Amino acid sequence: MPVVHICTVVPISLTVGANRIVPAVAIPHPLGDPKLDPEEEKGLRRKLVERALNALATDVEGQTVFEE
Amino acid sequence: MGKLKVVHYINQFFGGIGGEEKADHKPEIREGAIGPGMALNGGFKGEAEIVATIICGDSYFSENTEEAQKEILEMVKKQDPDLFIAGPAFNAGRYGFACGSIAETVQTELGIPSLTGMYEENPGAEMFKKSIYVVSTKNSAVGMRDAVKKMAPLGIKIAKGEEVGSPEDEGYMERGLRQNFFTDKRGSARAVDMLINKLKGEEYKTEYPMPDFDRVDPNPAVVDLSKATIALVTSGGIVPKGNPDHIESSSASKYGKYNIEEFDNLTEETHETAHGGYDPVYANIDPDRVLPVDVLRELEKEGKIGKLHNYFYTTVGNGTAVASSKKFAEEFGKELKEDGVDAVILTST
Repeated sequence: MPVVHICTVVPISLTVGANRIVPAVAIPHPLGDPKLDPEEEKGLRRKLVERALNALATDVEGQTVFEE
Repeated sequence: MGKLKVVHYINQFFGGIGGEEKADHKPEIREGAIGPGMALNGGFKGEAEIVATIICGDSYFSENTEEAQKEILEMVKKQDPDLFIAGPAFNAGRYGFACGSIAETVQTELGIPSLTGMYEENPGAEMFKKSIYVVSTKNSAVGMRDAVKKMAPLGIKIAKGEEVGSPEDEGYMERGLRQNFFTDKRGSARAVDMLINKLKGEEYKTEYPMPDFDRVDPNPAVVDLSKATIALVTSGGIVPKGNPDHIESSSASKYGKYNIEEFDNLTEETHETAHGGYDPVYANIDPDRVLPVDVLRELEKEGKIGKLHNYFYTTVGNGTAVASSKKFAEEFGKELKEDGVDAVILTST
């Protein structure tokens, strides 16, 4: 089963060997941003999760970072 | 003091019994040194001597490992040696496995210092280099002299219980052990020296090597997300409020598995983080910022994904050993498969 790694420090993810990587927002809140209002923040989270789902639905050859 | 007594283990080929057609040869013991044992005897320079040689077929050992180990242990026990040496196996896979396995067994079961030698890419090296001394050799018997040069003196040292030097000095493979020693230069000065050498493009040696991370081939993509069950896993320490299983805030020794069937959204009232390595305020106020249950529930209702798996798995990735993480994932990876999960979203802080 494919795994996608949503993480803030992409170089660590590459070092430990993740194959599908989605860069996140910040270490204490990878899938959120407390500066935004709640609705905007949820929208941001949804975008990241959709990107992660897209990564899961994409065949990759080797380690791949799914940027915007 | 008399000479140290050594028992040597070799396969049917080095024992002169035959090639592949004799690979099912059962263990037998002969007096004195045979084949590569002669070279080892020379390398001992009179301090040790091979008193007996055990010969066993490679196929016999790998196909009847437990039985072979038992038979060989009995033979070794009777000789009561000071040292047990297996091989060297160079790049022969089954032989490498046999050498590593029997040397490890003799050392743990009989308490007799044991060592072997093989090529670094021999699968036996990866399996046994941490539990016993595995001397690094060339990939074929052309490297016998070089192997003996390292194996004989190292063998004498461990038989006598003398201090063993670093992997580089002694020629064995790194065992992942750290040893304290005194040095004239303090850490900051050593670090700056290292940095300057690195900048100059000269050789420098880290004092803290990274663990070996393995690589896995990417798994094929999910064909139809709208029918897929997606599971959430995190190293960000999200747990039900109160951390019921007491997952440690650093160097976690366990993981948790928690039901989220009833949750459309994680809140301050229901969940929190157990992670001790980042400012927990944001994750505690809204745990969806680490484990996006709210959004996945939405996508599930919209039919964009088939289902959000009923359980999420969680641990704290703060100074947690790679070996522990591997063990956790092996266990729950099996469960996820059995539960029909199609893909995993892993979040890290």
